[in-house]
Amino acid sequence: MKQDIEQLKQTASQVRRDIVRMVHGCQSGHPGGSLGCTDFLVALYFNIMNNDPSFNMDAKGEDLFFLSNGHISPVFYSVLAHAGYFDKSELSTFRKLNSRLQGHPTTHEGLPGVRIASGSLGQGLSVAIGAALAKRLNGDDSIVYTLHGDGELQEGQIWEAAMFAPHNKLDRLIATVDYNGQQIDGPTEMVLSLGNLKAKFEAFGWEVLEEPNGNDMASVVAVLEKAKSLTGKGKPIAILLKTGMGYGVDFMMGSHKWHGVAPNDEQLAVALAQLEETLGDY
Amino acid sequence: MKKYTYTDKKDTRSGFGDGLLEAGKRNPEVVALCADLVGSLKMADFIKAFPERFFQTGIAEANMIGMAAGLTIGGKIPFTGTFANFSTGRVYDQIRQSVAYSDKNVKICASHAGLTLGEDGATHQILEDIGLMKMLPGMTVINPCDYNQTKAATIAIAEHHGPVYLRFGRPVVPIFTDADQKFEIGKAWMVNEGADVSIFATGHLVWEAIQAGEKLAEEGIDAEIINIHTIKPLDAEAVLKSVAKTGCVVTAEEHNRLGGLGDSIAQLLAVNNPTPQEYVAVNDSFGESGTPAQLMTKYGLDAEHIIAAAKKVIARKKQNS
Repeated sequence: MKQDIEQLKQTASQVRRDIVRMVHGCQSGHPGGSLGCTDFLVALYFNIMNNDPSFNMDAKGEDLFFLSNGHISPVFYSVLAHAGYFDKSELSTFRKLNSRLQGHPTTHEGLPGVRIASGSLGQGLSVAIGAALAKRLNGDDSIVYTLHGDGELQEGQIWEAAMFAPHNKLDRLIATVDYNGQQIDGPTEMVLSLGNLKAKFEAFGWEVLEEPNGNDMASVVAVLEKAKSLTGKGKPIAILLKTGMGYGVDFMMGSHKWHGVAPNDEQLAVALAQLEETLGDY
Repeated sequence: MKKYTYTDKKDTRSGFGDGLLEAGKRNPEVVALCADLVGSLKMADFIKAFPERFFQTGIAEANMIGMAAGLTIGGKIPFTGTFANFSTGRVYDQIRQSVAYSDKNVKICASHAGLTLGEDGATHQILEDIGLMKMLPGMTVINPCDYNQTKAATIAIAEHHGPVYLRFGRPVVPIFTDADQKFEIGKAWMVNEGADVSIFATGHLVWEAIQAGEKLAEEGIDAEIINIHTIKPLDAEAVLKSVAKTGCVVTAEEHNRLGGLGDSIAQLLAVNNPTPQEYVAVNDSFGESGTPAQLMTKYGLDAEHIIAAAKKVIARKKQNS
């Protein structure tokens, strides 16, 4: 059931609440990137993708998503739970002993919705390409989506994969970059400049879309729809999605300092006051 | 000593190439990837037979391993091919996270393992790969001994669900196992029954162990020789049974003595039946350029060194008793 923009916004608000509460509950994890990518993941799972929450690893005939920057697991888990892959009560186990919700996503504990472990950066685009190759061999026209951190693009393997996909005309692949300009040690431009990302992807043979409003739901849906319309035309598609790290919680916004830090009790209360409970807390 | 002869010699990598073709014929889900070493890996026949099921990755091994992991999502059985060095050390984290930890049904097929790669030298002669791979939870590690066994192993791993590291080599070596053998993963192969010493050998060292066994027999030493083609899971039952009979052990492998077959056997014995053991392996060093035969002699990986190790360990056993 496709959600409209208003419904998507409601879902996103609940997901943001979940993120802050999960990270607070175990006093660890990565709230910044999770909050920044909430609108993207909500749009993907509740509007854009054709996916089946009853979950079959092989995913024949359905769209696929791979989270390459696995540290933003809180947003991934919350979205999967609300999409029906597992019960949202399980979100309370995040990063705790004996949980299926490991610090970084894994198939190892059998959590529905996760098809590859990620966390060590730079590997997800290759995996997605492999899955897209399998779909092509299987005569399956569905689309493979990925999400990457912008800092993650400093990993060399990304560019091995970026070279392979256009050479092999993988045109049902949509890779999105969370272009928030932040990484652990500071602004990306200071740590290791990414240069002109659009020109880089285009030079590798990708169709590139830029979306400056990656936290505006209507814009996110629109750019993903645009990307979908470009599939099947001989080129893989990259979306450079400008987001704000920590978006939705004022004191977390726009700073790399909340990349991997949990809020304390007081900060949690401040954050939750800014995020409406729309679907019920876990 | 049971007599082993051969009429033909071939490289084990050709066994892989022919096995891959056969596995591809038997199962349409078998696909292959190669990082710009199609000729070296003998993959040409597979590519000719199944062009749409082959993926040339270019010189990009990390991407190759990740793509192989992704291909399993959709039911494919991917075989990756490159040199052993680039199959393991270069892509360890990709194998660890995207294949082993993710429980993906990927077959990592590695040629030119060990010193017998020869003249290219130490940059390409990995002697640590068995250790790297066997430490990964859930990884099966196989190092067959000749062309026929490598072909059989290649077919067998396509039928086995789970990640596998298959290690083979470059040089032409005697073919002394059966062409129609059934390869059983994890089941050691009894080459020669004996009573005085257990020689556990893997890969190219199995033939050297046979040569050693014949010479030892001439001197009245009755060596039991067992081919440990599967280093993980180790056939503990076969090892313990043999050692209970002989009371001393030589392990022989084309690998660093740290982390290889010898260490797997030593660990098993330390817990279950502490036994004198000698290693025929590379003594914690890199290799160098030279012909395969020159290198195997210089680094102590031939029949003569197995004979010396056997005599030494038998003497230690007698001292202990």
